[in-house]
Order: sequence, then structure tokens, then C-alpha cells
Amino acid sequence: MDMSVELDVFVGNTTIMDEEVYQFWLDGYTVNDAVKVRMEGGVLEEYEASTDVLLSDTMDQFRTFQMCERLLHTPAKLANQLLFQIPPHRQTMLIERYYAFDNAFVREVLGKKLSKGTKKDLDDISAKTGITLKSCRRQFDNFKRVFKVVEELKGPLVENIQQHFLLSDKLARDYAAIVFFANNRFETGKRKLQFLSFQDFAFCAGQLISNWTVGAVGKMQQLERDTESGAVRQLLNKQAKEKHPICTNNMVEDMDVDLDKEFLQDLKDLKILINDKDLLDQHKSLVCTALRGKTKVFNEMEANFKTLSRALVNIAAKLTNTKDVRDLFIDLVEKFIEPCRSDRWTSADVRLFLTYYTNSARTLDTFRHQVTWDRYMDVIKSCILKMYHD
Amino acid sequence: MPGKLKAKIVAGRHLPVMDRASDLTDAFVEVKFGNTTFKTDVCPKSLNPQWNSEWFKFEVDDEDLQDEPLQITVLDHDTYSANDAIGKVYIDIDPLLSCEAATVISGWFPIYDTIHGIRGEINVLVKVDLFNDLNRFRQSSCGVKFFCTTSIPKCYRVVMVHGFVEELVVNEDPEYQWIDRIRTPRASNEARQRLISLMSGELQRKIGLKVLEMGGNAVLGYLQCFDLEGESGLVVRAIGTACTLDKLSSLPTAVLPACNSPSREMKEPPFSEDPNPNIHSSGPSTPLKNQTYSFSPSKSYSRQSSSSDTDLSLTPKTGMGSGGSAGKDGGPLKTLLRQQTQSALEQREFPFFTLTCFPPGFLIHVGGVVSARSVKLLDRIHNPDEPETRDAWWEEIRQEIKSHAKALGCHAVVGYSESTSICEEVCILSASGTAAILNPKFMQEGCLDSYSEHRLEDPAPPSCGFCHIPYDELNMPFPAHLTYCYNCRRQKVPDVLFTTIDLPVEATVMGKGSLIQARLCRLKKKAQGEVNATAISNLLPFMEYELHTQLMNKLKLRSMNALFGLRVQISVGENMLVGLASATGVYLMALPAPGGIQIAGKTPSDITYEQHISNMQKKINDTISKNKDLYEVHPQEIIEEVIGSPIPESRQRSRLFRSHSESSDEVSELDLSHGKKDAFVLEIDDTDAVEDIHSLLTDAPMPSGFYSCNTEIMPGIYNWTSSLQMFTSVRVFRLNNVNLTNQGLNKIFNDLCENLLKSLYFKLRSMVPCCLCHLNFAVAVPEEELIQVAVTAVAMTFDKEQAQENFKANMEKAIMKVISENEEQLQFPLELCTETPAPQPFSPSKGTGHQDGGGIHTSARATSVDYSSFADRCSTWIELIKLKAQAIRRGSIKTTASQEKGSPLPEGRSRSLRCMRPFPSSTVSVVKMTPLSFLPGTRIIKYLGIINMFFIRETTSLREEGGVSGFLHCFIAEVFAMVRAHVAALGGNAVVSYSMKECVFMENPNKNQAQCLINVSGDAVIFVRESEAEATAAAPQTSSMQNLSGAAEANA
Repeated sequence: MDMSVELDVFVGNTTIMDEEVYQFWLDGYTVNDAVKVRMEGGVLEEYEASTDVLLSDTMDQFRTFQMCERLLHTPAKLANQLLFQIPPHRQTMLIERYYAFDNAFVREVLGKKLSKGTKKDLDDISAKTGITLKSCRRQFDNFKRVFKVVEELKGPLVENIQQHFLLSDKLARDYAAIVFFANNRFETGKRKLQFLSFQDFAFCAGQLISNWTVGAVGKMQQLERDTESGAVRQLLNKQAKEKHPICTNNMVEDMDVDLDKEFLQDLKDLKILINDKDLLDQHKSLVCTALRGKTKVFNEMEANFKTLSRALVNIAAKLTNTKDVRDLFIDLVEKFIEPCRSDRWTSADVRLFLTYYTNSARTLDTFRHQVTWDRYMDVIKSCILKMYHD
Repeated sequence: MPGKLKAKIVAGRHLPVMDRASDLTDAFVEVKFGNTTFKTDVCPKSLNPQWNSEWFKFEVDDEDLQDEPLQITVLDHDTYSANDAIGKVYIDIDPLLSCEAATVISGWFPIYDTIHGIRGEINVLVKVDLFNDLNRFRQSSCGVKFFCTTSIPKCYRVVMVHGFVEELVVNEDPEYQWIDRIRTPRASNEARQRLISLMSGELQRKIGLKVLEMGGNAVLGYLQCFDLEGESGLVVRAIGTACTLDKLSSLPTAVLPACNSPSREMKEPPFSEDPNPNIHSSGPSTPLKNQTYSFSPSKSYSRQSSSSDTDLSLTPKTGMGSGGSAGKDGGPLKTLLRQQTQSALEQREFPFFTLTCFPPGFLIHVGGVVSARSVKLLDRIHNPDEPETRDAWWEEIRQEIKSHAKALGCHAVVGYSESTSICEEVCILSASGTAAILNPKFMQEGCLDSYSEHRLEDPAPPSCGFCHIPYDELNMPFPAHLTYCYNCRRQKVPDVLFTTIDLPVEATVMGKGSLIQARLCRLKKKAQGEVNATAISNLLPFMEYELHTQLMNKLKLRSMNALFGLRVQISVGENMLVGLASATGVYLMALPAPGGIQIAGKTPSDITYEQHISNMQKKINDTISKNKDLYEVHPQEIIEEVIGSPIPESRQRSRLFRSHSESSDEVSELDLSHGKKDAFVLEIDDTDAVEDIHSLLTDAPMPSGFYSCNTEIMPGIYNWTSSLQMFTSVRVFRLNNVNLTNQGLNKIFNDLCENLLKSLYFKLRSMVPCCLCHLNFAVAVPEEELIQVAVTAVAMTFDKEQAQENFKANMEKAIMKVISENEEQLQFPLELCTETPAPQPFSPSKGTGHQDGGGIHTSARATSVDYSSFADRCSTWIELIKLKAQAIRRGSIKTTASQEKGSPLPEGRSRSLRCMRPFPSSTVSVVKMTPLSFLPGTRIIKYLGIINMFFIRETTSLREEGGVSGFLHCFIAEVFAMVRAHVAALGGNAVVSYSMKECVFMENPNKNQAQCLINVSGDAVIFVRESEAEATAAAPQTSSMQNLSGAAEANA
């Protein structure tokens, strides 16, 4: 070789970015691997470019992305920085892709503490999922970064994420789910839960956030509450914050991240549905009367009613324990979904059952906890329906 | 106290963390101008400080205002130790000193540090109040406008072109001062940045003074360069073309004095306050003291100026070569014209023009390229106030250029530029331009009136006029092959034409243009001092000759017959010389069609050899026919025969005698008359020729959808769309094999340039169909085994549908464009001028109704365009012209409105610009950059001032910053960012005529260190989209020609 390229740069007044190359970079490819894949993709023949040309272009773009990465950590800066002139739609693309994650990866860390300990496990995750370690790190750091920023913020989780990270509504919701799961440390990794996708969990998280959190209560009761008590509460929060500045993230003010403790307490009252024999029978007969002839698995439903009802109510009653909150999904699968599946219920059957099961309880004369019941069952029903698949 | 400078520090953002303990910064700002410094309060513990300072006021002389930059330093307050500097912002306030430019500088500036690069941003407001200065002997030249643009800026018209201005200032380079051996590199780099900023200001002021003395008010084609001479000092020099410009007013009644901004009442009137018509003889007339070794300057062996005999060309010919031919080609009137021009130009020491684009009719004839080089040994500049040596050097070179031009029968040099290449103590000074005969009406106010009376009889120069030879046919300065012009059939034209200017608007070309490059490396023994200089000067003529031959071959290979924008660089390194010639080839209709290339072998030869030759011949023929299709160049031989060629073609083949590098110095024996009509013979009897053919055939064809040129306008493409991408690409190559031959080296260099081009095409593939315009290559040999190539260009998209239209349509368009340009200018009766000597066959004023005021003479124009060839299209043309005229008149009112909107209130304006931003959350406005003088699809409504910035970046952690590529990538991006920020702060949204004049990169990987100096310049402007500017859809087709508008009506 008579000569070697010592230095090779290309800088455009408008920053040139190839989406395909960006994806390679995000996926943690080395420059050489990216060049290989691009060559197989046939760009070369089209433009009669040599490997050198492709290598130079790839290196250049990787460098650009690396320089942009710092800005992507605080996406709001991207719009106000002067170094790169990037058209707004490209900025949106850069951010959205940077914060996008692999379903396989997120399933591995969902519900885990976003700590250094977990970060050390990334090697294993990388080996298991086939996602490069570099990409795993980026995804993990993104989760952690979003978590850190929103845990200090008041107000609706999704909106906060959207505002600070300029993500699309869909992606912001996914991140809300990740933050919510990480905060409550829901168990998602057990073998029995492997059939559930991230989207299943994300849906459930959305349900929990909008119905079971303090923020949800806030939204529901905003009209009832007078401003004075609100102010008092803020004052209390502030005092609490000053006393324990570090634990604030566990305080009530993280309205969308924490489950409403009062509500969890109230759930204990539902036990009457299984502890009171009359009520249980009455409930069963109401449901069975309504279902008769509407489903092929009626006999199984009738036979299992008490077991299933006990399961659902027991799950509710135990939610005051943090440990049991973590096991919410495993419990739903073990105690409800698996029995139904073994009896070959269809999704329609489950829907039918849960609908009548929920509605019938309202007509029970002696049952006084309709509000709590509905708040509980609405979420449980939609979660189970989402999770009820192979 | 003629001026008050006011600055206000508003806020900072994205500051770096300076205090690791708190992760915050206690920032404050020092504002310094001259020797006065103000400080803001400390804004504690914030990365986004709000200072909202009072207005800091500096009462200063306007001389200082021109020289000094406003220096803003952001610091981190530290109670116990010294305050840490975060970074600096230098603001050139020159744009505020001219009435028409910006009135306020306001915006976010990147805070720059030579080690850390950009560290956050600072929001600053700057204003200037100027007081009327009645002192005629003042040292300042406030109000003189500077333009990098080498054409008449849009929205101005030229009242008069005064001519060449030059100046240079020298200083000691802080890098080499003794104090820098004890202070940090960072401190000395900062000192350098500040010094160069100061020197640029001083230089600009001095040039401005010269312009005022000449009675002008502007400098066009301002070209400023630095010579980092190392131990011997730092030279900042500049050349330009002094003009009197008049702002085009959209109000038809009056030429308003430009001070229409209310806040500028105190300002001096901008124009010709000193209406001294005396032509200033520029340049100090210091005697030529040869303090240094002056080696016999090597002549240009460019074909057009091949007066290789130094003595001959240096002696001014009394009769001027053109005298004899004058009678032949134009009759008595032309003689008169020529005499006037001569008298106008003879009074000038150097009748040079840095412009490359001219109003139609400005150029009467073009002789060809003239160039001169000289090798000098640098010594210490003893007295910076008397930089006689450097002045004398350039004076010498310019004299030589002038005499070359004379030898070509020309009285002026256009497209003139100067450059240097320095290696250790050896310096090559180069100058080049295009010898030309100019229309005198642009030079002399006095003769305009008298001249105008004769105008009726004077036929306009036809579109082919500039191709006609200016020199005496019987007494040609060099052997050339002449034929009658293929357009008018009346006058003689050469078979090829090389120029440094842009393609004149009136020129008719066939097909598209193409970038043509000649590349050459020559090894040189390492040597010192005089020996080294002699060795270099001995090599230069051969290099120029080789480059010229390559250009000629490549031109023929593309079936083209003219080169525009020719730029030959020769860079010197310790052990080699690198030559790169770039130009844009075209097929001029007025010139004869080039013949093919024929390869001739040694006479006695065996069969295999013959086979080899015929193979090569076949390859060449294939390439030629491929190129004909690619560039749509299909000379119509039939037509020629029908009309009949006026002079019989010489069928005799001329043989090219090739020079061997080892051969004698008798360069004058070189027969430069290659390029005979029939065929161009390449004789393969030496290795050089093989090399030539190799490089001829290794030029990879451009990928489909791409075109490239190094000029302002791409011949053959007129329908630009608005998408553009300016870029800079830098590559440094290390030669690993120490025992390289010239041939091997050549191949490496050739491949390197080809690969770089390939990379560019690949990078920009999403823009297809597109053209890389103003492709500007700069080569350097920074170290013994390194070759550096830096490219700046702009990729512009165009409409493919129209691009594929045939040649006829293109030509029509080209001419229509000229017409509509002139048509457009007719909105302003005061600019109406009898002189529109444009090549259009129909007077634009006919049917437009603009017969009032100065328009009386407008219809008087007669033209000598050959009607017959266009006759079949005449009727449609008239229709089109009428339509356009109507459309333009309708649109003119709207133009007025939009200009008013855009003018006096800068705050309001910049706000309204920001409103156009798509995302309200962003505070960064988009700033376009282009090396061209126009932006397609837009109209430049205001020039805000010149941008001339110099930065140094250094690192001691090269690996950590991504190696040399990472380091330079970041630095170039930072430079772009700072240019954009300064333009935006002036209220602008684009930089035109942008160029990176210097990119000096040095590395020391062993120490993990690198350093880079970059100098960029351009014109900050405000543009509006054509669609927004006016409803006329008709005018904007001309967008690619905007640079030429406002020019034709030069003698109000």
C-alpha cells in the first residue's frame, strides 16, 4: 500500500444523515460490520462506489452520530444547539430512533431496578438476546435517564416524558410503562410470564397508571377537591420533602408513578365477596343465570366460579404488601389465566365472564363497595383480556 | 470622538460545568474594546445565567471601530484562585459601520475556546452610533462596503468600476515570539486569533481609504489571505475591485440616499462624499529593492500567455499588440472605443479586476489566461510598518501579469487572483487572471456622455464577441490556430479558449459543462535556502506545461473547446511539488469543434505494440463518444458545411513535442500549437505520455444524475430547484513508500482526487439530479509525506424534466434569461440605460411602456446577433418577452412592498424571520451557506456585511477526541456554527460567496496533539423566496443569474 488515509472528514452545512446508517450505529455495529451489511445491501452497484467510499461514508456518519449523542441525552437541546444544522423533521427522527428500544431487550429489564447491578447483567442480556452490548447499554441508559428525569417531576407521567424527551405519544407511553414498572418493580421475568410481550405489559401499565395511581385519583377528584386542601397538601409535601429530600420520589407527589395507597387499603373491603357465603352464592347465581346458554364452557365456569372469584378478590386484598404488588402479574396468570386456559376458555368467554362477574357484583344488595370494586375490576378485566393469549 | 459603541450582555446558556463540586458555574462576562474593559455581575450557580447587563458604552474613534473586534470573554468566578476563562466571542462590528448593512447585532453566539471548542452560548446586543466626521484627512473608511462576491451584487447597480485595490499588512506571529516559549500554546493561539482579527480590520480600513480616494464606495471580489510565514512573520493581504455602487431602489422617482434608517441619521452620507475623480494610482511606488533572493519568475506556459521570454514580456510594448488589429475588427468606432478604454485604463497602475462575472457588454474580447509565479526566500520582516519587500514582490508579479496581458493585445486583466504556497522559508507567489478588453463606459464617468451619442451607430457586441481574438492576427503572441467565428463568421476566434472568469451570460454553449482537473506531483530533492528555491523555480515551468497538456487532453476527450474558472495551484512541500488545475469545460458555439485525440507510436514498431496503440485509440474514441452523450455535446458538422467554412482548415497534423523533465531549459522551444482542428496527436514515445494517457482514461465517469463544475454557473443547467447543500471535505493522505517515482506519485495523487470526488457523489446521492457547483479543491503538503486536499462546494438540485430538454431550448432559455434580467431592471427608470449591450436580439423596453426618464434611448439598441439562425423561433420569443414584461410590471409593486417590509427595523425584521421557523421551541434560525453568489429560487434583498473569521483549535487529547478526523470534523462543524450564528445575529439568513481560504492542519500523534487554523469568508445576506418576494413567476427562472442582475444599466 503506497498511501493511507490519515484523515477524512465531510461536514455539510446541513448535517447529512443516512437513516440506514443511523440504525446500524444505534444497533451497535462496528464500522466494518456496517460497511459489510451496506455492501450486501447493494448500494455499491448502484453508485459504482468502492469499499473505500462506503467505509469513508460510514465512518463519517458514525462520527457525526457520536457527536450528536451528547445532545440526544437532552433532546430539548437539539433544537437549540448551534453546532449541527438539522431540519426539524430529521431531529424528530433522530430522537425517536435514539429512544426506540428492542422488545427483546426491554422484556429482560422490565420491572428490574435500573441500577448499576442491572447494568452489569447487560452482558448476559446481550448474549441472550443477540443485541449488541453497545445497543443494550444505550437502551438501558435511556431507560435510566428518563426514569431519573421524571421521578423528580410532578404531573402526568406521559406528558412529562413527552415534554422532556420530545418523543411521540406512543413512545412516551412505552417509556411511562417502563418507568412505572421499574418504580413498582413488577415481576415480569418468571418463566410463566414469558409468553407476555412488552406491549402486553405496557398496556397493563397504562391501565394501572390511569386508574390506580394517586394521579388518577387526582384526575378523578379534581373537581371535588377544593383548592385550599390542595394547597395544604402541597405544603405538607414540601415539608416532607425538606425533611427527607432523598425519599421524595417515594412520596405521594409522584402521582403517576405510585399506586394509590388509600385505594389499596380499600381493596381489603372486597374480601366480603368471598368471606360472606351468602354473598358469594348470590354472586355466583347472578353470573350463572346471565351466562347460561351464552357460552360453550358454561359448565366449567359454573364449576370454577368460586375458585376464580376467590383468586381475584385475594389478589386485590393482598395489594397492600409491596411484595404482592410485585407479583400482581404472576398471580393473575397463575390464579386466573392458567385455570381458564386449561378449561379451554376462549377470549370471548373470558370477556363474557369478567363482564358479568363485574356487573353482577353491583346488583348485590349487601355489597357496599361499588366504587372500589369498579376501579379494581375495570383494570383487572382489561389487563386479563390483554394477557389472555398464547 | 466620532463613534459610540454600545454592548449589552443579556444571557448565557448551555454553559459548561466549571465547578465540579456543585456541578454549576459562577459566570460573569468581560466586554473589551480597545483598552477599555467592562464587567458584568457574577451570576452565581447557573449554567443558564441571566445577566441582563446595562449598556456598556465605548467612546472610540471610527478608526478603532474598523480595526478592533469587540471582545467578549466569559469567565467563571473563583473566590480563592484566578478566574477560569470559559471562552471568547469576537464580534466584528464593521457591518454596523455601513449605513445599508446591519443596524444591530443581536443574537446567540457560540462561546469559543481554542482548546475546548464551543462551550455554550451567549446572547449579546451591539449597536453603534456614528457621528459625522468632517475630517477629510481621516484614517477611517467607515461606510465602504465590502463584498466577497465576484459579481455585481444583487440589489445594487454599478455606477462605475474604479479598478484594482490592494494592501498588505505584516506583523510578527505571536506563535514565534519569544514570549510564547514561556506562555501556554492556548495563550499564544488566542493572541494569534486576536491579532489576525485586528490585522484584518486594519487591512480592510486601509483598502477602504484607497477606495474613498478613488471616489468609490464599495469593494467587490474582496479576497483576503494570510501568509503564515513562520519565523519571518504573519502577512495579511487583500485585493479587490473598487466600485461605486448604487442601491437599487424600488421607488422609481428617486435614488434615495441610503441612509433611510431612522437610527442612522447621524451617519455620514454613504456615497462619494469625496467626489474626487482622480484615479488613484494604487500601491506604494517603492523602488524594487531586492533584499531577498529573487529568482527569475517562472512564466506561465498556459497557452494563451505563453510569452515564455521573460525579457520580452516584461518590457511594456509601446504600441500595444492590439493596435494593428483594431481596424480590422470593428471599424473606426471600435478604435475610438478602444482608445477611450485604453486612456481610462492606462492611468491605472494595474488594470486588474477581481470580478469573474460581468454585466453583459462589459467584456469586449477575452485574450486568454495570464499567470505568473515567482519563488522567494522568506526573511524576517524587520519593520512591520514598512512591508516593502512583500509589496515589491507582488508589484513585480503584477507587472508581469500586466505585460502578459499587453502581449495578448489586452489592456485589462479580469478574474484576477493571487495566492501563495509556503514551505519552511520558501514561498511561491502566484497570480493569474484573464487578459481582456473591456468596455470603457464602466470605467470612466466622464466619457459616458460623449460616448452615448455615438451609441446609435455602434452595433452591440454579438454574443460571440468575447471570443474574438483581441490580438493581431499577423503578429500573434504565440502560435495559435485561428478560424472565423462560428457564430458571426466575421471575426477570428482561436480554436480553444482558456479563462479564469465565469462563463459570460451572453455566451451560447452547447450541452452541459464539466469539471476538468489536471493533477500532477513532482518529486524534488530536499534542500535548503537558495538551492531549494532554484530547484523549485526550475521545476515550475514543466509542471505548468504538464498541467496544461492534461487540461487540453481532457478537454478534447469531452469534445469541448473552452475552459472557464481555471485555477492552477502549485503547492510546495519539502520533497515534492503538487499541482492541481481545475476548470469548467464547455463547448462554445462560436469556437470550432475540437478534433479527436490520436495516438501515435514510435515509427518503427512491432505488431504487439501496434495492437497496444490501437487498443488505446479505441478506448479513447469510446470515451469521447460516451462523453458526447453525457454532456450533450453534438457539434453539427452538417451546418458547417452548408454555410461553408470561411477559411480552409489546415489538415496538417501537428505534433506535440513533449518535454522531459530532464530536458534543457529552453522552454521557448515548446510547440504549444497543439489542438489543430483535425486531431490532437499524442505521441507515446516516453513514459510521461503513457502517464498522460493513463490519467486521461482513469477519470471515472460521473454517476448518472450528477454534474459538476467549479464556476458560478453550470452551463446547460438553468432550472435549479431550491434544495442545496454546502459542504467541506478534507482528506490527508500519508505516503508510505519513501522510494516513490514521479509516476507512482502521480497515480496516487490522481486516485486520491478521483476517490474524493467519488465519495462526494456517493454522499450526495439523495440529491440527484444535482450539480456540484463551485467545486474548489485546495491542495497542500503540510509535512514531508502528507498530502492534504480540502474541498468546498455546493450541491444544488435541478429539475430533471427540463434538464433533458434539448440544446435549442436551453439556448433559448439562456437568452430569455438575459432578457428578463434586463427587463427586470427596467422597473427602475433611473437605471434605464441606453447601454444595455446585452446580446438579446430585441430591446427589452419595447412594449413595456417605460419610455420616460432615462429610457429615451432604450429602443435605440441595434444588435448584430445573427438572426437567421434563430429566425424560426422569433415569433414565439416576442410573445414570451411581452408576457414576461407584463408579468414583471405586475410584480414590481409587490417587490416594493416586500423590500420596505424588510428594511429599516432590524429587530422587527429578525423577529419576523424567526417567525418562519417551523418549530417555535427552537431559537436557532436556519442559515444557508453557499460558495455561489446566489441562492436558487430566492432573491437577495440585503447585504449585511462581510464575514471574515479566523479560528484556531488545538488539542492535547487527540485520541480522546476521536483522532485527527474527530478533531477536525468537530472543528469544521464549529466554524460553520459560528459563521451561522454571526450571520443570524446580523439579521441574515444566508452566507453567499462563502469560501474556506485557509485550512492549516498540524498533528503530532506521538504527543497526542493536533492544531488547526481555519479562515473563512463570505457575504451575509437576507434573502426571500421568489414566491414570497413577488407574484411574478416569470422572473425567477433567472435565479441562477441573479448575480448578474442590476448590472447592465450601469450609466445612469
